[in-house]
Amino acid sequence: MVKTKQQKIKDFLINNGVIIVMFILVIYTGFTSDNFFTSNNLMNILMNMSSRLVIALGIAGCVITAGCDLSAGRMIGLGGCIAGTLLQRMDYSGKFFPDMEPLNVFVALLIVMTICAAFGTITGFFIAYLSVPPFIATLAMMEIVYGLGLIYTNATPLGGYVKAYTNVSNGKFLGINYLIWIAIIVAAITWFIFNMTRHGKYMYAIGGNPQAAEVAGVPVKKTLILIYMKAAAMYGLAGFMLGAKAGGASVQLGYGYEMEAIAACTIGGVSVTGGRGKVSSAIIGVAVFELLKVALQYLGVDANAQYIAIGIVIFVAISLDIRKYIAKK
Amino acid sequence: MSEYKLELKGICKSFPGVKALDNVQLSLRPGTVHALMGENGAGKSTLMKCLFGIYKMDAGEIYLDGEKVEINNPDEAMKHGIAMVHQELQPVPARSVAENLYLGRFPTKNIGPIKMIDHKTMYAETEKWLKEVKMDFDPKAQLGTLSIGQMQSVEIAKAVSQQARVVIFDEPTSSLSDNEVEALFRIMNDLRDKGVAMVYISHKMDEIKRIADDITVMRDGTYVGTWPAAELTTDQIIAKMVGRELTNVYPKKETTPGEVIMEVKNLSSIHEKSFQNVSFTLRKGEILGFGGLVGAQRTELMEGIFGIRKLAGGEVYMHGKKVKIKHPIDAMNAGIGLITEDRRGNGIFGCLSIKDNVGVSVYNKFLKMGFVLDHGRINKVVDESIKKLSIKTPSMKEHIANLSGGNQQKVIVSRWLANDPDVLIMDEPTRGIDVGAKHEIYEIMNDLAKQGKAIIMISSEMSELLGMSDRVCVMCNGKLTGEIDKPEEMTQANVMNFATQF
Repeated sequence: MVKTKQQKIKDFLINNGVIIVMFILVIYTGFTSDNFFTSNNLMNILMNMSSRLVIALGIAGCVITAGCDLSAGRMIGLGGCIAGTLLQRMDYSGKFFPDMEPLNVFVALLIVMTICAAFGTITGFFIAYLSVPPFIATLAMMEIVYGLGLIYTNATPLGGYVKAYTNVSNGKFLGINYLIWIAIIVAAITWFIFNMTRHGKYMYAIGGNPQAAEVAGVPVKKTLILIYMKAAAMYGLAGFMLGAKAGGASVQLGYGYEMEAIAACTIGGVSVTGGRGKVSSAIIGVAVFELLKVALQYLGVDANAQYIAIGIVIFVAISLDIRKYIAKK
Repeated sequence: MSEYKLELKGICKSFPGVKALDNVQLSLRPGTVHALMGENGAGKSTLMKCLFGIYKMDAGEIYLDGEKVEINNPDEAMKHGIAMVHQELQPVPARSVAENLYLGRFPTKNIGPIKMIDHKTMYAETEKWLKEVKMDFDPKAQLGTLSIGQMQSVEIAKAVSQQARVVIFDEPTSSLSDNEVEALFRIMNDLRDKGVAMVYISHKMDEIKRIADDITVMRDGTYVGTWPAAELTTDQIIAKMVGRELTNVYPKKETTPGEVIMEVKNLSSIHEKSFQNVSFTLRKGEILGFGGLVGAQRTELMEGIFGIRKLAGGEVYMHGKKVKIKHPIDAMNAGIGLITEDRRGNGIFGCLSIKDNVGVSVYNKFLKMGFVLDHGRINKVVDESIKKLSIKTPSMKEHIANLSGGNQQKVIVSRWLANDPDVLIMDEPTRGIDVGAKHEIYEIMNDLAKQGKAIIMISSEMSELLGMSDRVCVMCNGKLTGEIDKPEEMTQANVMNFATQF
């Protein structure tokens, strides 16, 4: 059966509806505001996207296995705070560890990611071995991590970072900020894991049909733990990145980002019912989200009303996305 | 009054890329069982789904008692007195029998201005309808705790309770044991006496010959013809379905079993009511059939061997060496494969491609540098299987959910062929598969035996069990009650005798 031209156009519009609307919005904003299409602004958007993308890619793994991760936001806060306490200047008056020399940036990052990964492993253990639903397990870990973060920092904000740390955000390579490079590298590694390793294929299989995965000899439990561990390490990295960008951190850093990341993933086409989703889905989702926010700002939409717009976009995007799979009847 | 209870005329339905139904017709006389036959993918289920309002047909008309009706959804179909017993049951397992029976039409009573569900009536009525279909389990029992056969009875009771004028049975017996089939046929005969028109979809020829009054054959989405059942022989029906003559239903196996490859000793489940103290041996190049009624715990036994179910005791030996199997991965490492009974439940990954469905079990074997997937080699293997097993698909990237049941099963077989086990356990390998694909699966089984693999086949279809097996083990209520190895003793009567020991 050959599809008519009209049908093809309709399919294209449905399949790419949100992206098209985004495109129109961006172009409209660009022509009506003076400094939207500037390299400075573009770089700014990419900087904002970078940490969001790292979070979204972490959460995408969980969502593809029909799970989710509510602990992401608090994990980011903890990661940002740990990085902050390890990388403060000696001459900073409010230094958290007054007598400790600031660590090497890479060592600090490694410590942050390791600690977060450890918490992710615990979450994964409860999900895989004790069959706690991901929603609940990550909710529990969210509370625990938040509490630990508060105790660790005494609920005080951190600042006075060494230059090497803030440079992670300000420094450039080939004219592009390190933050953006980090996101690109993380995306590339994630693409590799999703498509070129057993782990990635097992992840899709578990999301597609966990019972069949078990029978097919997929190490379901190990894979699940690895997914939540890997995701948590990425939240740690994101916390580290956000801290570098802001030049400071508190436990509240990253609060609510988990929801935006899940929303971004689904807007891009990661199915919450599991088994479907690509790295490009997360990139598209995050881009749509960030562009929407910036465009609305430029258009002078009231900051509070922006939330409404974001909600509407999620509704529309997911409704359209679901149509791809149920339209077959 | 029209001559026909229900008439379908000129039904057309297209899916993206496929014309599933092309000008199909069907006419049901009142008080008859009308068998709808055709290979998988012939469009039988699609036609019934159009009739039942699950699919929207592109063209065509439906007449009930001579009057034209529009059916847009299952609710409207039920209001017109059309009921359907699904091929793959779609009940709510977590709720009670009664709630499932009255789902969507709960009896209510008014307490003041508030409309409330009348539980008392619901349970009483449910009990009555269950009695009507000669079943006597508790209406309050959770549906999920029943066997598939019992669940089906609930579905039928539901149809009966709706005073249905037309009942569609979509492969109702594919998971029923012989005596459950008998019970079903009794109910169908009752319905026939009441003037109900029934559509009966099945691949089992002996059943068709027994129960059907008329036969309509479909092929590749088109209408082939309608005949009185008495006028057609089984061979003629098959010829009309496939459009060619099938010479041999069960292809002859040329090899004789060799040395013992697998030995199971005193295997017991942790559940007392499941399999207990089962011992058997399996030889190289042998096809060992497992017969028994539904509920005989054959599937559970195989899942126990494969590491899906927990064992209380017993040993499994492969090539004379004891193996410890606690997980399917252990079983696969020991050289055992399992094709499960419930294809959709724990066989296929519906939203993944054919390639991923085959690859999932064998990625360990296709690595570069120990961790990078070698897509080139995987593609080659998948491509070869598609050709070798003649899987009908546009490409290996097609989602498996878009294939017919027979082709899905062939994909699962490919998965295990790529994995190359010494022992392949096939649980109802031809369930819900059309005659042509069945034949191909049999050929594959014989081919594997010829290569020196050993096959365990669970089958509830007696002729298949006797036709394919070198030896037959029979189970009853979790115990191995008999083993038949002499060809002359392999009869239906002997199997049934062992299968009904308790």
